[in-house]
Amino acid sequence: MENFDLLLHGFSIALSVQHIALMVGGVLLGILVGVLPGLGAPNGVSLLLPITFGMQPVAAIILLSSIYWGALFGGSVTSILFNIPGEPSSVATTFDGYPMARSGRPTQALATAFGSAAFGALVGVVLITCLASWIAGVALQFGPAEYFAVYFLAFSSFIGVGGAPPIKTLVSLAIGFALAAVGMDTVSGSVRLTMGIDELVKGVNFVVAVMGLFGIGELLIAVEEEMDAKAVSSRIDWREVLRTIAGLPRHWMALLRSAAIGCWMGITPGGPTAASFMSYGIAKRLSPRRARFGQGEPEGIVAPETADHAAGTSALLPMLSLGIPGSATAAVMMGGLMIWGLNPGPALFTEQPDFVWGLIASMYLGNIVAVVLVMLTVPIFAALMRLPFFVIAPLIFIVCVVGAYSVSNSYLDVLLMMGFGVLGYLFKKLDYPLAPLVLAIVIGDKAEDAFRQSMLMSQGSLKIFVANPLVSTLVGLGFALLLVPPLLRAIGSWRRSSRREP
Amino acid sequence: MSRTLKLAAALAAAVAFATPVFAWTPTKSIEFVATAGPGGGTDNFARAVQAAIVKNKLIDQPIVVTNKAGGSGAEGYTYVKGMAGDPYKLVFGTSNAWQQPMVSKVAFKQTDFTPVAAMVQDEFLLWVKQDGPKDVKEYLAAMAAKNGAGKMGGAQSKDTDELLTRMIEKTANLKLIYIPFKSGAEAAVQLAGGHVDSHVNNPSESVGQWKGGTQRPLCVFNTQRLSDGPKVTATEGWHDIPTCQEAGLAIPLFQQPRTIWLPLKVTPEQVAFYVDLMKKVQATPEWKDYIEKSSQSQVFLTGDAFAKYMAEDSERVRKVAAEQGWLVGN
Repeated sequence: MENFDLLLHGFSIALSVQHIALMVGGVLLGILVGVLPGLGAPNGVSLLLPITFGMQPVAAIILLSSIYWGALFGGSVTSILFNIPGEPSSVATTFDGYPMARSGRPTQALATAFGSAAFGALVGVVLITCLASWIAGVALQFGPAEYFAVYFLAFSSFIGVGGAPPIKTLVSLAIGFALAAVGMDTVSGSVRLTMGIDELVKGVNFVVAVMGLFGIGELLIAVEEEMDAKAVSSRIDWREVLRTIAGLPRHWMALLRSAAIGCWMGITPGGPTAASFMSYGIAKRLSPRRARFGQGEPEGIVAPETADHAAGTSALLPMLSLGIPGSATAAVMMGGLMIWGLNPGPALFTEQPDFVWGLIASMYLGNIVAVVLVMLTVPIFAALMRLPFFVIAPLIFIVCVVGAYSVSNSYLDVLLMMGFGVLGYLFKKLDYPLAPLVLAIVIGDKAEDAFRQSMLMSQGSLKIFVANPLVSTLVGLGFALLLVPPLLRAIGSWRRSSRREP
Repeated sequence: MSRTLKLAAALAAAVAFATPVFAWTPTKSIEFVATAGPGGGTDNFARAVQAAIVKNKLIDQPIVVTNKAGGSGAEGYTYVKGMAGDPYKLVFGTSNAWQQPMVSKVAFKQTDFTPVAAMVQDEFLLWVKQDGPKDVKEYLAAMAAKNGAGKMGGAQSKDTDELLTRMIEKTANLKLIYIPFKSGAEAAVQLAGGHVDSHVNNPSESVGQWKGGTQRPLCVFNTQRLSDGPKVTATEGWHDIPTCQEAGLAIPLFQQPRTIWLPLKVTPEQVAFYVDLMKKVQATPEWKDYIEKSSQSQVFLTGDAFAKYMAEDSERVRKVAAEQGWLVGN
């Protein structure tokens, strides 16, 4: 239990009035940047980076990681209340969070999300504490072929579950892949699908796409349906928050499963986004309440939120131990580490134990501070739902436009966002699923890069995907998830028809 | 001799005249556009300059670093190209300012910018896994034995890493598979896991892994060994790494300049202000620390010297790119 001693030492560093004050300040700031889509954790952290130059490294990383925690929590707020995910990893939260909030239970939806997020984060930190030195090596086993297998697994665990006809899912997926291909191609170095617009060389930003597809698309539908009926009369009650938290352990199976998926995806650098999608997809297959998914089922919030935060937290481990950031925010923090004179990498644990264990201890404290603070804000955010539609609609519109612009200060992004709004509206009207498209935008180009790198390495042979136990297990699981449900359905319908015929 | 004298005179004059009040000083916040993602070499460069200016209060206005890494940095260049006449946007890059337009149909040329300075030359080393070949000769023999299946990882396609790989192929008369990743850091992790056989990362991209004992450098692509400093591992420091030439791979010099540009249509006073600012940056302890930690070589190329350097480097890149069939009609 050497790690445990080190952790206690870490607590003795992290627990000071100055550090706790930094945590509270950081978390509040984080919630703010998390709630405003387009701003997001990476921007919040990089804006504050210069302030930390004069600080002690421990104090600086506590401030920045508290912003990170706050933003992770805050990102779920707009997903649930307005169907606008502020970060790729909170897309899956909209599937059940938004319907739940719309049906008059915003308090419950938010509290469920925060509660399970806190659980996920906690599991992630415990994992880091216990296995920090050992687990670092796992990520090393991931070459391009393994990466591709993980992305394939994320796709197949999610694709098979949708209620939509397979052909519509395929169309949605294909559009997503095409959008992901826009811009500079890593493997060949050529510019693709920019259609003569020079600025598109940077590719289609995820936040821009999602704010249009979800935010504006939803707004157009709402405008068309009925304007005045949309205000939700939600009961706003502190006891409701406590009751929801007390009810969370009922979903223990989903909590544990999602935390496991999240940690695994965080360490193997699949990332929080793939984790939340995968966790939602698997919950939808395995949950006894799967029929109610998509209509405001608590487990549909628990699954993606737990996995997202478990992955987000354990993603800091590869950053510290290997110097590979698991997320954009982790990358900004890593830039900070170097400016403070620390070299992320295997040596950090032995050279800077005070810093590393102070940070790990601050993860426990920061998450506790964050969850208490966000729980306090739940009724305030839930009250937003009471605003009548004619107030909220322009607000959402403004948030989307400003958000799209602030991603990279570009008007083109605002236009694109509007275009995505129309696309989202058409998808809803024609009953096409949006989720496959979003998933393809987020991890489509990574999957493509990994596949082509694998092909370069194997000189064109597909055998690389069964070359070792790790990659063949991942690929096998992927195919199983993809093929088993339709096969079962086919057998079932064949049985029914053969019974009817004689 | 007379040229050196002239240069010295010019420098003395510059120093004498540079200290007084400038014809132009910034009156609002300045944006540093890094053409790399957070944590990348160019990002660290921009943030080191920012840190040196902020900590020493070299100017009164705040500085914001933004990352525009899309399209291997083309996003940042294209953005600043569109800011003609705005002296509050500086773009931080490398030799990709003139190299990328040669090999890829991007929407900018080097002539779309006003050069400010090149401040650092980053070094390249040949890295293998900890338990890999023990020296360059053994490495080359192992790669030749793989008969074209030896794998070299690197950052991006048709950029410096692949260029150097192709030069190694030609010099050592062998074939390698070049596998492009998004960054040098990714390539380093792939080497630590044994998924590739080698890479040619900059010192700062792999120093952590060297300390941690997952990979080590075989040689440095420079005419002389890196300067002496503290030991990195228990037994070795940067100075102990042989040059590639002495180790048996005849590529004398391969470096990557880190460069700063303004948009077009800025006034000479504005350029002069930034040139002077960057000179002051080089005198700060934060900057010295950055140079030492990242094991780069400090330079200061500006004006005609910078233009001459660019012309020479372009010529060299064009030659390799033409052989490989990378050139695009831009």
